Amino acid sequence: MSAAERLEEPEDEVPLYAKRREVYPQAVSGVFRSIKWTVLCVTLGIYYFLPFVRWYRGPNAPDQAVLIDFPARRFYFFFIEIWPQEFYYLTGLLVLAALTLFLMNALAGRVWCGYLCPQTVWTDLFYAVERMIEGDRRERMKKSREPWDLERIAEKVLKHSVWLMIAWWTGGAWVLYFSDAPTLVRDLATFQAPVVAYVWIGILTFTTYTLAGFMREQVCLYMCPWPRIQAALTDEHALNVMYRYDRGEPRMSVKKAEQARSSGEIVGDCVDCNQCVNVCPTGVDIRHGAQLGCIQCGLCIDACDNVMAKVGRPTGLIGYDTDANAKRREERQEPVYRIVRPRTVLYAALIVGIGALMLVSLLGRASLGVSALHDRNPLFVKLADGSLRNAYTVRLINKTLEERVYRLELVGLPQGTHIEAVGTTVSGERSVLAEVGPDRTRELRVLVTVPKGITEPSVPLSFRLTDIATGAQATVEDFFKGPGSGQ
Amino acid sequence: MAAEHDTVDKVTGKSTTGHVWDGIKELNNPLPAWWLYLFYITIVWGIGYVIAYPAIPLATTFTKGLLGYASRDVIEQDMEGLKAIRGESMIQLASAEPAKIVADPKLLGVARALGKAAFGTNCAPCHGQGAQGARSYPNLNDDNWLWGGTLADIKQTITHGIRNENAESRQGNMPAFGRDGLLPKADIPHVAAYVQKLAGRKVDGNFDLKKGEKLFAENCAACHGDAGKGMIEVGAPNLAADIWLYGGDHATIVETLTNGRGGVMPGWSGRLDAATINALTVYVHTLGGGR
Repeated sequence: MSAAERLEEPEDEVPLYAKRREVYPQAVSGVFRSIKWTVLCVTLGIYYFLPFVRWYRGPNAPDQAVLIDFPARRFYFFFIEIWPQEFYYLTGLLVLAALTLFLMNALAGRVWCGYLCPQTVWTDLFYAVERMIEGDRRERMKKSREPWDLERIAEKVLKHSVWLMIAWWTGGAWVLYFSDAPTLVRDLATFQAPVVAYVWIGILTFTTYTLAGFMREQVCLYMCPWPRIQAALTDEHALNVMYRYDRGEPRMSVKKAEQARSSGEIVGDCVDCNQCVNVCPTGVDIRHGAQLGCIQCGLCIDACDNVMAKVGRPTGLIGYDTDANAKRREERQEPVYRIVRPRTVLYAALIVGIGALMLVSLLGRASLGVSALHDRNPLFVKLADGSLRNAYTVRLINKTLEERVYRLELVGLPQGTHIEAVGTTVSGERSVLAEVGPDRTRELRVLVTVPKGITEPSVPLSFRLTDIATGAQATVEDFFKGPGSGQ
Repeated sequence: MAAEHDTVDKVTGKSTTGHVWDGIKELNNPLPAWWLYLFYITIVWGIGYVIAYPAIPLATTFTKGLLGYASRDVIEQDMEGLKAIRGESMIQLASAEPAKIVADPKLLGVARALGKAAFGTNCAPCHGQGAQGARSYPNLNDDNWLWGGTLADIKQTITHGIRNENAESRQGNMPAFGRDGLLPKADIPHVAAYVQKLAGRKVDGNFDLKKGEKLFAENCAACHGDAGKGMIEVGAPNLAADIWLYGGDHATIVETLTNGRGGVMPGWSGRLDAATINALTVYVHTLGGGR
């Protein structure tokens, strides 16, 4: 007896690898399908056409409503202009997005997954194309078993061409957010656009084509972290797409149900027609209860309602329900909906609070700014007449779209101190005038000279920046270093 | 694989190689076709690459490839491209007088940026990264200039240097009064003490300042001036400023008087182009001490 023959494998061992089951979702119509079509049109419409929306800001700034301008390091969003050092607004937006996701989850489970997620939306669009070209579920299943013929090849070519066009347009719209859209469209059409634009269009064409055309529900099942996190965040009062066991079971076919009813047996409403499984874009059976594969898009609700209407039973066998209510129904109690719960209140309060905080800081932010960097080497210079000089690199910031004239003023230090700055006009002993272009910063080499006699190693001082026109001010603090400061 | 070893694994449905170790069977998993074909493609690609591009090193040379590609050409193209980008500014920098550059805000910005980079490469080894200087290398931030602090003076110094073999370089020496016997050795400490007094320093020790003053007027004032204010034409430093190139303590001044001084700076006209020299001039001038 060889070793292999002696070692028998247990028959009930389940391998960790599961082969993919091809999903052929069937067309369906109904309330939730309509909602999904609407959301699809609105979200894709925003994504594809937003770059073309114009927003006039004046002659010194781009007139694209939403623009991420990498070369100039600016982000424009309608009336908002963000500089790189204000990137924390993006952090705030991401915090808000996460909290909104949590709130949606607390109210109605995976609303995001079912209606809004780009993976869902684009996959839905790709399925619509597939259905239009290759036919509905049964036809597609039949064709996939049949040998190839010319008609099938033609269909496949057409389908993949349309998919690639959508994917290409998706990538094309993406790059329009990073440059002036009409100009870039013209440059792309005449092959004069920068290489990086074509590369990114290529990348997004590839990802859209593979993710929405081939990977589809596998992204939700294997790649996406949200279903895992969502399961840990949810509670028994969140609305989920659910099958009502109390009404549906025991399930049996329409004919059997009629016989059983006439003989007075207890009969469930589920006629086991499998329509809920057939329309599901991830191929799950909702009657097994809440599960990782269910993105809660509500299409099974539409399918079941249509069937219930046909067989003359009340609709709502599958519907939005809560775990708590499922339990209550089993115990023949009235369902209770608790929208106001500690977690929904907390999430909503956090969203409002953080949103208000961001808005206040956005509206109250200064349009001018000043920063100073003391020369490190040398820390100070002794001049021929015995006076001491420190040099600073001072940066003036002008966030408005007009050129401004600033007065940079020295505050502190003894009498007789004077400042000068390379390339500026001196206006009095302690201040200089400097023009700063629209939406720009200007770096100045500022020299502060203190007359002979200063003995402290380090004296605090500040630079005060004043906009001559408006009187707006900004201040930065620094030090004047002398002998004994370690050099 | 011998046929008698072919068995089928129950779980995966795949054939095995027939090898078993401690009950673990080896599945017969050939390389995926796509991987294998990619591998073949890379081989074909590699052969094509060797033919088209420089690839194989030979004893003294290397195979050049049919496309005539050379990475040095690419660098040269890049450098040409850089020149094209800088173009207009560099031409203006090269041709304009430093005073014109300082008056033009845009050119001033370019000159200071270029000057800072050039200073870091060429001047910082002696004068320091911030031009703060060191013993025997002057600080360029102050307004105490040995050879003049105007734009023209600075440009002249950078172009031709100081006390080097170039005839146009700055000339002028501090004589070795002690070593060459110009002053009796015993008198030198008194002169040194007087120089310290000129700079406003406290004089320690028992020195004859009157004698020092007399000797200074006879021997030193010709270059350094009666009040010790210096003379930039010969590079004689201002002794009254209390800013020292070699040191202001008594012993160092005695050493200076005894052996003389003659620091050297190379001329840069042969190594740097006109635009860079102008940029350096403006940069040094705008460090703070320019006159």
